[in-house]
Amino acid sequence: MVKGSFVITENTPVAAGIHRLTLRAPGKLSILPGQFASISIPGFFLRRPFSVCDADDGSLTVMYRTVGAGTEALTSQAVGSTLDVMAGLGNGYDLTLAGNAPLLIGGGMGCTPLLLTAKALLAKGVKPYAVLGFSSKDDVILADELSALGCKVAVATVDGSFGTKGFVTDILPREFSYFYSCGPEAMYRAIVKATDLPGQFSFEERMGCGFGACMGCTKKTVNGFRRVCKDGPVFAREELQWED
Amino acid sequence: MGRLNVELCGIELANPVIPASGTFGYGYEYAALYDINCLGTFSFKGTTKEPRFGNPTPRIAEGYSGMLNAVGLQNPGVAKVKSEELPRLKQCFHKPVIANISGFSLDEYVYTCAQLDEEEQVGWLEVNISCPNVHGGGMSFGTDPACAAEVVKAVKTVVKKPVIIKLSPNVTDIVSIAKACEDAGADAISLINTMMGMRIDLKTRKPVLANTTGGLSGPAVFPVALRMVYQVSKAVSVPVIGIGGISTAENVIEMMLAGASAVEVGAANIVNPYACRDIIQSLPAVMDRYGINTLKEIIGGAH
Repeated sequence: MVKGSFVITENTPVAAGIHRLTLRAPGKLSILPGQFASISIPGFFLRRPFSVCDADDGSLTVMYRTVGAGTEALTSQAVGSTLDVMAGLGNGYDLTLAGNAPLLIGGGMGCTPLLLTAKALLAKGVKPYAVLGFSSKDDVILADELSALGCKVAVATVDGSFGTKGFVTDILPREFSYFYSCGPEAMYRAIVKATDLPGQFSFEERMGCGFGACMGCTKKTVNGFRRVCKDGPVFAREELQWED
Repeated sequence: MGRLNVELCGIELANPVIPASGTFGYGYEYAALYDINCLGTFSFKGTTKEPRFGNPTPRIAEGYSGMLNAVGLQNPGVAKVKSEELPRLKQCFHKPVIANISGFSLDEYVYTCAQLDEEEQVGWLEVNISCPNVHGGGMSFGTDPACAAEVVKAVKTVVKKPVIIKLSPNVTDIVSIAKACEDAGADAISLINTMMGMRIDLKTRKPVLANTTGGLSGPAVFPVALRMVYQVSKAVSVPVIGIGGISTAENVIEMMLAGASAVEVGAANIVNPYACRDIIQSLPAVMDRYGINTLKEIIGGAH
């Protein structure tokens, strides 16, 4: 974990109500795909956790939707100003299980960690296939970026305004080696029903600390109580209990 | 003796800064970030007789200059704390630690206290009769002077280590409860636990917390905590540990002037894992600025 004062190099709208925020670290960074960063927004007590969308050894990018007063305030933070950031939090996706045909499944803002995941998989020599789901055309993010990397990308929108009308589970390929998913829990339930293949899910929860101390984000798993922030946010399919 | 030294029930602390229970786990998440032996001591995660999952999520909400939590005493139970957590803590913390204990009946308090009293690493037992987030236990013992005294008496008959009673601010007269605890044999009083509060999500029109209510902590509660520490420390002769919204060295000094012999730092750790280390490091310079030679000399200085 790295904590420090990061400089904003970009904070721009990229889709309806969605901003891309890029921050330059005060030193070296080492971020794993699926990890998150916890950002302190001036005027707000608790940090906000965001999946890291992209990163290199000196900067990271997150995407955020304005959902409340905190993220609203974040939109007005100017390029050149600094934010207190804790980066490199959580476990991230285990890419050693990818196999030769991994599938990335993203739902809405949950697409964000899949860009860095795709880059890491490509660096390992495997080309992932990405299926992304959104409510509507205006919400689509990262489809172009994933295509530009050379990934095959399929998009579904609930209202049919872009790609296939429906959900990610309507456009799943028949065969893949392993999946890496991030999105709402309803999507995870649909994935579990739609395929028997193995994979990992990244979870979201209201967090206190973000580093495993406060027990604010505990989840019941087959391995007992696990902290989404520290033991997750990524959990393997077989670790999870799918109670209704 | 250093300038920062204080004493708590006959045990010398290198400084008065103590991470508060529930914000510091069993220590090792923080030990991965800095050497936690710089702390006076710390109060570990509230422990009960049986393992507890706690409340459903969301357990955390934001307040103005503070936060609400309704964790609900998630912990592995006293047997696992003894067999797993304490041995692991021993690797990274070499000072006596405060065992924080909760219960749902008098018998549970007595059992858990006796179990942790046996542990060599435990220097003090902090008995939480003030958790606002559990039902049928916790705070219900701490809102009535007679019930509070009953817990103290029962625990005191079975333990050898000093007993600190952690009080709730969610009462009409905290002084009478503190005095009842002192009369029943409490060796120290710590206050305040969190203040009950809630938030409602305007979009869903439902409470943010799954538990509906939670405990407010953070700088927002500091003036309330300070006032209660001032009143209680004037009324009792046992040491008082001041808790509530402390996040700077200045807050520590203010709390000690109000009568605290030591302080616990809670919510500040959540937003800055280095908060306690930073406070300890800045204490000497802040003491210089206010002409304070040793911290011991300022305890109750505002009385």
